[in-house]
Amino acid sequence: MHVIDSRKTPFTFDSVERGAGLAAALKLSRADIIATVAASNLRGRGGAGFPTATKWNLAAAARVKNEGDHKYVVCNADEGEPGTFKDRVLLSDYAELVFEGMTIAARAIGAPRGIVYLRGEYLYLRPHLETVLRHRREAGLLGSDIGGIAGFVFDIEIRMGSGAYVCGEETALIESLEGQRGEPRNRPPFPVDTGFLGQPTVVNNVETLAAVTAIFANGPDAFRLLGSAKSAGFKLFSVSGDCTAPGVYEFPLGITVRHLLEQVGGQDAKAVQVGGASGVCLPAAQFSRRIAFEDVGTGGSIIVFGPHRDMLAVARNFMEFFVEESCGQCTPCRIGNVKILEGIERLERGECSTAYLKELRALGETMQLASKCGLGQSSPNAFLSIMDHFQDEVLGRTPSLAGGER
Amino acid sequence: MLVSQQQRIQEDIRAMVDKHGRSRSSLLPVLQEIQARWSSVPDFAMQVVADELGLHPAEVYGVVSFYSFLDHGPRGRFVVRLCRTISCELACKSRIARQLENELGIAFGQTTPDGRFSLEWANCLGLCDQGPALLVNDRVWTRVTPDQVHAIIEDCRKVFGAHAAQPAHASGA
Repeated sequence: MHVIDSRKTPFTFDSVERGAGLAAALKLSRADIIATVAASNLRGRGGAGFPTATKWNLAAAARVKNEGDHKYVVCNADEGEPGTFKDRVLLSDYAELVFEGMTIAARAIGAPRGIVYLRGEYLYLRPHLETVLRHRREAGLLGSDIGGIAGFVFDIEIRMGSGAYVCGEETALIESLEGQRGEPRNRPPFPVDTGFLGQPTVVNNVETLAAVTAIFANGPDAFRLLGSAKSAGFKLFSVSGDCTAPGVYEFPLGITVRHLLEQVGGQDAKAVQVGGASGVCLPAAQFSRRIAFEDVGTGGSIIVFGPHRDMLAVARNFMEFFVEESCGQCTPCRIGNVKILEGIERLERGECSTAYLKELRALGETMQLASKCGLGQSSPNAFLSIMDHFQDEVLGRTPSLAGGER
Repeated sequence: MLVSQQQRIQEDIRAMVDKHGRSRSSLLPVLQEIQARWSSVPDFAMQVVADELGLHPAEVYGVVSFYSFLDHGPRGRFVVRLCRTISCELACKSRIARQLENELGIAFGQTTPDGRFSLEWANCLGLCDQGPALLVNDRVWTRVTPDQVHAIIEDCRKVFGAHAAQPAHASGA
């Protein structure tokens, strides 16, 4: 189903035969399934890069709270990071692989129920996903005795988000599933121990689950040999902004920013935002850096800024986003984002002293340390990195220079 | 006997709660279905949901007010959501915004007096490679140009003809 085709390169997922990954996994014992994922060195594709096998191991070892309770597998399809749209493509065109990955995860940890948390903005994908799920039930790939394994029960339900970026954070997502405001929880306890309804829960990104299927279909070595030592495998990149061919690309992790820009037609870029609004802004001087968990990590969002862009306007757009999307639970994030945005407005008016800018930077660093969840910890990143690299562009503005396209 | 509108809403919500289950974790799906049906979650509906799920109404209000796709106040039959996040901004979303305001005669955050259209900002719709992008209920429009805005709005207006169908937006169905 093509709602909108964004694919710009062939994907490894194209070569994965439907059903092959699950069939290969179901031949293995639970421990061997996790061992295979461990052998692939797969790390979470949502951006944080937590080793998938470690997560599954913890969930497999965790105990349900009471007799009759059970574990859960949750697919995080709340793709809200600005500049990220790869999961939309995966859910449109490779949904079977995602559901297979969930089924493999369920087998590995012993969970009878799976939930896809789909962001409200992707409501138009739901009929397609329900159809795929129905076909899988009819084919005996969901339900009871899956793949002829007596007692292997698993089914998947789709739950919709309602337009809250913070629900992409796994504990906020779980709160939302439980019918609460999407406010992140303290961690620990982690969801692998105390997740949905207090039960052990694996929360994996859409792309991670599809990659699991590819790993079982093509073997863990094929995956591990791609990419760098600490960042194995191929990765989907959502590329947007000032380049000639925006869209979704597959590259091995470890690719340099410059090489990536050459592929997407963004060679004349002045800066690149890697990792979306919560990521960092790299100036042209740093385009030789590698996109990998050990250098610049990302969930795959690449936003290209051309030579004529006003970087202060860019910072403003990001801060407006975070002011809007902060859940308001903890003070550093609730107040800090507003204060930084006010500082940007001051810079736009040309009324910001270097001393005040320093204070804003200190505030940003405080937020990185003191915020409760990833949103507040990463929301000052874009502002700080833009101030690091483009300070001469933002200070001493006069009215004729002020403001970008607004 | 005449059935009052409140009685009808109560019965409809009861049916939704029966379908999704009487647990707290059904709250969001129930609210989403209410929103899809009545374009917002009015006070009375929140009270009924609270009664049915055994919650304090403040809990329900807390959830409704948290999520940007759930509305407390009245909303139009069509909610036009223009993406304002970075990639769409780079693609000149502000011109689309201006033209939407011109065509509808309202500002962002407002609803037309006839209750047909609401105009809202959205944060990243995940269509960053084809901006400017907007959603009309659950329908996607990409690479919108200012001169297309009129046609998009007119397309919605067709629904208000003599044989008007139910809104296309049908979450939780």
